[in-house]
Amino acid sequence: MEPLLAIVVGVLYSAAIYLMLRRSIVKLILGLVFLGNAANLLIFTVSGLTRGRPPLIAAGEMRPLGVFADPLPQALVLTAIVIGFGVVAFAMVLAYRVYQTTGTDDLDKMTATDR
Amino acid sequence: MNFILVLPIVVPLLAAALSLLAWPWRWLQRLIAVAATALLLACGLQLTVSVAERGIQSVQMGNWPAPFGITLVADQFSAIMVAIAGLMGFTVTCYSLASMDRDREAFGYYPFLLILLMGVCGAFLTGDLFNLYVWFEVMLMASFVLLALGGGGQQMEGALKYVTLNLVSSALFLAGAGILYGLASTLNMADLAVKLRAVSHPQLVTAAAMLFFVAFGIKAAAFPLFFWLPASYHTPPVAVSAIFSGLLTKVGVYSLMRTFTLIFVQDTGYTHALILAIAALTMITGVLGAVAQTDFRRLLAFHIVSQIGYLLMGLGLFTAPALAGAIYFMVHVIIAKAALFLVSGIVHRFAGSYDLKKLGGFGESHPWLAILFLIPALSLAGIPPLSGFFAKLALIQAGLQIEQYGIVASALAVSMLTLFSMTKIWAEVFWKEAPAGFVSESAPRSLPAMSGVLLFGPVVLMAGFLVLIGIAAEPVFAFATRAAQQLIDPAEYVHAVLGAQK
Repeated sequence: MEPLLAIVVGVLYSAAIYLMLRRSIVKLILGLVFLGNAANLLIFTVSGLTRGRPPLIAAGEMRPLGVFADPLPQALVLTAIVIGFGVVAFAMVLAYRVYQTTGTDDLDKMTATDR
Repeated sequence: MNFILVLPIVVPLLAAALSLLAWPWRWLQRLIAVAATALLLACGLQLTVSVAERGIQSVQMGNWPAPFGITLVADQFSAIMVAIAGLMGFTVTCYSLASMDRDREAFGYYPFLLILLMGVCGAFLTGDLFNLYVWFEVMLMASFVLLALGGGGQQMEGALKYVTLNLVSSALFLAGAGILYGLASTLNMADLAVKLRAVSHPQLVTAAAMLFFVAFGIKAAAFPLFFWLPASYHTPPVAVSAIFSGLLTKVGVYSLMRTFTLIFVQDTGYTHALILAIAALTMITGVLGAVAQTDFRRLLAFHIVSQIGYLLMGLGLFTAPALAGAIYFMVHVIIAKAALFLVSGIVHRFAGSYDLKKLGGFGESHPWLAILFLIPALSLAGIPPLSGFFAKLALIQAGLQIEQYGIVASALAVSMLTLFSMTKIWAEVFWKEAPAGFVSESAPRSLPAMSGVLLFGPVVLMAGFLVLIGIAAEPVFAFATRAAQQLIDPAEYVHAVLGAQK
């Protein structure tokens, strides 16, 4: 399972960077979404995959026994997803306003701040 | 439960919520913002005093013992940063009362300013790497809105560039945090400091360290990732530029200084040498970019980049005197930079332009403003007896001590060029005759008394502070030295967080 997910993470990163290097702002934002997802999947994979062993504490025990899935990375990923969701929503509105005010979606034409 | 550690986060949060409730009443929002930032400043000062007296303090949120819960920690470095954030918040809020336009105020300028301050204080106080990520996002979200609020084409473009680069940086930060968790199964910084010393793959730690370096380097505007800053900082209203220049990049530098003294000290021969090289390049490119500018605020924006180099120099040298110099420099540069931005705003108020070519004659028409410009400008260039001189002196002495002559030479050269671009502003704005054919009808020659006080008061306060920490350099420096010792020897920090168990 780990090698497969590692490849998926790699593909997501390269797709994200490719999309962000394009000139359209829509593709830029898609790239940002991919980048966030790649990072989330990376956390999930790198902290170890344990299938079908929820961290439940049996009756009478003080802690889960044997091998169990670490719940913390999942909590981290969940937090990161929520934050990423908010940020991407803002970025989309911003991109639309930029399109409205500048009249273009071509990043190469947005040079007003560089002069 | 140690409330003084929680207050710098709770006060702005509650104030932001209250001012959102006061949405229809602009005067009430203003009142809340001024009261809350004054309170934040008081909390920051109280925290600094208390940490100086009783050593590093920590609080476990929700009473979960470290390293499982979220820890808030204040050592002397983070306490002084919280105090400075309070000072910046208070002065910039006062300045905004007189300078912010009605539309921006009506659409939530003050609540977002308060949320920004909450994020900044949270980032200074947290002792948990993932929590740091969350505070960064809080801060960034507020800064995105402040940057884009009420803007036209140029401001929107600046905001898009800023948002993109900062989201890339956040994604890298997150990836780095994930890899560290995979290595050490903890994200508590003190716990990481203990566990990473015994980790089986030091190369992986260095790889994660580089991810953090790039992520924080983007936020700190270090070479070669600084280009978003001059593209965006000159576009919003000047009060927003001032608080951004004072606090946001410095949070990036603070995080670098925190992680690269506490966590990533396995391979200092590689990581800190790299930081030193980046520091030199940051200083030089920043100042050269500034020399080429003819817009007041763009020139100052490039200087932010150049000053970041000095802060990184202190970290890269990685000795106690160098870190002390960097901490002193941080306090000095936050105030000096924000004061210069506020002066540029006052000039704009009178003359209606930021273009150096169109300005002139201010030395004659507004001599007090000229003095208020001169104090932070000369301080930034490093002229004694102002604060910048002692900060640079400390850094350069620290560099000579461990025979890093390259960085010392570039620090001195960049200092000269800083003086050059400050005299350029002086000559263009204050000294030369006002150019003929350019008369601004929109701008008043004099201000109503109330807004005069609100515009000049903050700058007077900041300039006074710069003179004060220059003249009273010795006690300030003793404080910075103690803070640097806490950074260079993390034992006290680890003990304060984890208790006697390790």
